Amino acid sequence: MEDNERARNGARPEVALSALRKATAQGQAPRFWRSLDELASTPEFQAHAENEFPHGANDLGANLDRRELLKVMAASAAFAGLTGCTKLPAQQIVPYVRQPEQIIPGKPLFYATAVTLGGVATGVLVESHMGRPTKIEGNPDHPGSLGAADAFAQASVLGLYDPDRSQAEVHDGRIGSWAKFQSELAAALDAQKQSGGAGIRILTQTITSPSLAAQLGKFLQAYPSAKWLQYESITRDTVREGAKLAFGEYVNTVYRVERAEVILSLDSDFLSTGPGSLRYAREFARKRRVEDSQGKMNRLYAVEATPMPTGAMADHRLRLRASEVESFGRALARQVGLNVAAGPAIASSYRSDWLPALARDLKLNSGASLVIAGEQQPAMVHALAHAINGALGNFGKTVYVTQPVEEFPANQWESINELAAGIRAGNVDVLLILGGNPAYDAPADLGIRELLPTVKFSVRLGLYEDETSALCHWHIPQAHALESWGDARAYDGTVTIIQPLIEPLYGGKSEHDFLALLNGQAGKPSHDIVREFWQAQKSAEPRFDAFWEKTLRDGVMSDTAFPPKQVTLKPGLGEQAPAPAPAGIEIVFRPDPTMWDGRFANNGWLQELPKPLTKLTWDTVAMLSPKTAERLGLKSEDAVELKYSGRSIEAPVWVMPGHADESVSVFLGYGRTRAGRVGNGAGFDAGWVRPLATPWIGTGLAIQKTGKRWWLAATQTHSTMEGRDLVRVGTLDEYRKNPNFAQAGAEKNPLSLYPPVKYDGYSWGMAVDLNACTGCGACVVACQAENNIAVVGKREVLVGREMHWIRIDRYFEGSLDDPNTYHEPVLCMHCEDAPCEVVCPVAATVHSPEGLNEMIYNRCVGTRYCSNNCPYKVRRFNFRLYSDWETPSLFGLRNPNVSVRSRGVMEKCTYCVQRINAVKIEAEKQDRTVRDGEIVPACQQSCPAEALVFGNINDPNSRVSKLKEKDLNYSLLEELNTRPRTTYLARLRNPNPEIEKAASA
Amino acid sequence: MAQIFHRSTNTIARVSIYGTLLLVLLLGYAVDVVNKTAYVTEVNIARPQPVPFSHKHHVGELGLDCRYCHTSVEESSSAGMPPTQTCMACHSQIWAQAEMLEPVRASYRDSKPIAWTRVNALPDFVYFNHSIHIAKGVGCTTCHGPVAQMNITWRGETLYMRWCLDCHNAPEQYLRPRSEVFKPFYEPPRNQLALGQRLVKEYKVQRLTNCTACHR
Repeated sequence: MEDNERARNGARPEVALSALRKATAQGQAPRFWRSLDELASTPEFQAHAENEFPHGANDLGANLDRRELLKVMAASAAFAGLTGCTKLPAQQIVPYVRQPEQIIPGKPLFYATAVTLGGVATGVLVESHMGRPTKIEGNPDHPGSLGAADAFAQASVLGLYDPDRSQAEVHDGRIGSWAKFQSELAAALDAQKQSGGAGIRILTQTITSPSLAAQLGKFLQAYPSAKWLQYESITRDTVREGAKLAFGEYVNTVYRVERAEVILSLDSDFLSTGPGSLRYAREFARKRRVEDSQGKMNRLYAVEATPMPTGAMADHRLRLRASEVESFGRALARQVGLNVAAGPAIASSYRSDWLPALARDLKLNSGASLVIAGEQQPAMVHALAHAINGALGNFGKTVYVTQPVEEFPANQWESINELAAGIRAGNVDVLLILGGNPAYDAPADLGIRELLPTVKFSVRLGLYEDETSALCHWHIPQAHALESWGDARAYDGTVTIIQPLIEPLYGGKSEHDFLALLNGQAGKPSHDIVREFWQAQKSAEPRFDAFWEKTLRDGVMSDTAFPPKQVTLKPGLGEQAPAPAPAGIEIVFRPDPTMWDGRFANNGWLQELPKPLTKLTWDTVAMLSPKTAERLGLKSEDAVELKYSGRSIEAPVWVMPGHADESVSVFLGYGRTRAGRVGNGAGFDAGWVRPLATPWIGTGLAIQKTGKRWWLAATQTHSTMEGRDLVRVGTLDEYRKNPNFAQAGAEKNPLSLYPPVKYDGYSWGMAVDLNACTGCGACVVACQAENNIAVVGKREVLVGREMHWIRIDRYFEGSLDDPNTYHEPVLCMHCEDAPCEVVCPVAATVHSPEGLNEMIYNRCVGTRYCSNNCPYKVRRFNFRLYSDWETPSLFGLRNPNVSVRSRGVMEKCTYCVQRINAVKIEAEKQDRTVRDGEIVPACQQSCPAEALVFGNINDPNSRVSKLKEKDLNYSLLEELNTRPRTTYLARLRNPNPEIEKAASA
Repeated sequence: MAQIFHRSTNTIARVSIYGTLLLVLLLGYAVDVVNKTAYVTEVNIARPQPVPFSHKHHVGELGLDCRYCHTSVEESSSAGMPPTQTCMACHSQIWAQAEMLEPVRASYRDSKPIAWTRVNALPDFVYFNHSIHIAKGVGCTTCHGPVAQMNITWRGETLYMRWCLDCHNAPEQYLRPRSEVFKPFYEPPRNQLALGQRLVKEYKVQRLTNCTACHR
């Protein structure tokens, strides 16, 4: 984005932080606020926010004269009329020659498979229309999904159709052939026969696939001196090493959040990232749901440096520098009676009354409490968490351990170091890189980029011809997970067979195919490899065919979850010396909430998905606290030079309320150079300053202002609160005393000029439970996939033209430095008396007999009056031709049941009317009414926390009716009397009275 | 002062004002007429097909059921087009050497599908579902015309939205008992209105005229 353009759009106003802090402290500021700009409420911000879209959103410009306007109007009228004169083009129908048994044209099929992240499987159901996978949903039978799917899993279907995927074998920069590669590889392997493969290294990502591990094992038998190494930049090394420290062996930790009354997160984001997070989020939300004012709920304490979704859900959040979490853990361990050395004193904003109160609460709930350590925390913190859980008697109750889900658990940072050392010493002749992207994401000081070209024969199997492929002799296109056979384990060990939905679009090879080639079984179908492996494993199964069919159908292999394992805490934890006190500013590396380690960089859905707390799109930032920003004289969007570990990188600053002071968070996964057309050049590569020594947390960061500015596309300032209480929050105590607090100020039967409409049949509505929503963004991607919503790009987001039908607003409450954070998903309210309907001159938005606020694209002429009149700002306008009408591979992705919108058309949430109609038709054919829960909109389906519930509000027994009956139920902007069908359940906090009292005192 | 304009100017002004109005109306009428011609609607125009398949022969004379080929009409939005295999079920035995059927045999032999020309087409923003119409007693020939008399298939009705709405507003004029839906020579009885009204009740037929019933 050029500066001048930004200037035209009105630069974001500058904010005087010290004045703000004073205002919030003295209670002059509003209770809830969405951004620093809003809190400051500068005249510039008011002007910026007054218009629905910032200046410059109108392409015609401000200096349009009357004559010009009339000309343009006449032309559009003429063109609009002319488009009505087209004849339907001649079409062809191409039936099958031999129709596959199960395919019924017009009816989707669903296949159970799994997608993996960090090797760990999430079970999914993939919707397939005539052989085209179009949508990924969670598999309700899978323990790690329970029917929900995260943004990554859902967006992987876009990755399948990505036109930038590698489509051919590449040899030294030129198109190669599979046959030539086979012969070269054979020669290279032959040369290694003598030495037993001493010069061979296979580098993979984390592998939980038993059949792939067996293939690797077979290869290592043939070449006993060869080495198999695993590396991912978002590694779970600290989790593994922490287990080793605590128990003397690698184990896998499984939490039973539904049994925990008090949970402490030590810099962990267990509600939105990591193995099992979907299940944990669901169990957590269930424990938070209160039936009425007498209900009980769990309590979450979070200690964290970087604001994360888990901290936003916490009843008490303690801002602590990431490097001080160990000290906190040690102090807590001592409080619960463990003999460990005390860490250095905690310097940052730390309230001394917090710890004893927390310890008392945990001890009071022995056996029903849970301590979870974050994946970016050092091994010692994990060991401490195990020890504390042990001391509280939580093992076997709220937490248990099993054997590792990884087939070959290893320290991946040591592995990549070993590889680099091997190459440096000239010991690596054949390097086979299966997946991963070490040239981009290996620790910067290893110099992998320089080392890779020195390997004699290097091969890369990858989805994209990326940074690593460019440095290898051979690049082989990889088959996408939806194109290949395989298997993987879930967070608890449950096996899912990965089955293909489609033949490889670009002739890609799966890891199984590749290893078959290495094992001299070239061309052996990977289906046979996987099936034969499991047939051998399940030789006791009397009818393997039936077992196999059932496993494929269900998406889970029965009885493969690992049983709990008996472990004892190793003595000697107390002798572990505490880490030294951090000196200077710390730097914390985190996985990016939407890019992960950068593998999703070319995925437009994930690039444009606003990050849960910053609401940033298409970019990454160096995040720091208001206080630190003030001290360094920085403000959001300032470019700074980050100097760490002898390297430096330029990054934009983002001032984040709630961030720990003297700490800077950076996120991996951006700054890709060979990601593809979507991902190239977005953001900066934080991995460039990430050394081998400190994978996650380091101290001694130097920050220098460069004087440049960096425009960031955040979606948070496009609309403001204007002092209204859109999000309603109370504590459990307040709720008990005043069950109707959420409905305060609501008129019981407000008068309306509109005549009441009676709904005889169905009447659709939705309830959104703010108490459950973690703000993860899964619903946003689900909606995008289901409804063919276009990606618009950073430039358009900057002018407020993002197209998402559901947005998740993030509100802050309280002080600038340490606010409470709340999420609120906002979709079309389907108002009973909808303001949009009355202003449409062409009746393109009307009410249905079932209460839906319908949007008719082919009637819409694009006046945007409806959007102007919508108080909730949920209507989205196609300012340009955002939908891709040209790229052939993307046609396959589209949901055939939803129109692809063109330029000049308004669109918005329809409650997934295509799903409503499909279910209604089936019910009608069976001569019955639609059952409750039969219609599930995409957002509800994907939600791990079950925050959204859709149904028939005419049926008093439906789930949604019962939720709307609750005293926590309220409508947004009730005073406007639009009578929304989407209503909200107020958020409840369950603070520890000891801490809360001390805070207010 | 002398008049600037001659008296006749009044007439000219009137004629041009009313004339223009009339012209616009006429133009509108003309557009409407053109839109109803077969040139635009393609109704009653037989479409050339790669194989001259005759519904008249197969349905009218041999008495094949619609569902023998259009198998998914009761289950799905799409009625389904028969795979080559369906043709070959018979034509590997009868007329097995006929020259006319060579494209069919070639398709089966080479596993290359036959590309038929679509006769009944709806715009992409219309979501029509066959199965629910069948279930509610809408006969095949109500929309597809006298298929059993078509040597080469043509479009039986305009498939315009107003034509859809004719029935959606007054289904009792068109409905048949479910047992008669697939009858190619079905003639509505004289008491259609009474029958239709009974069927509307019995089949719980709704008069869906809201937009998202078809557009989404």
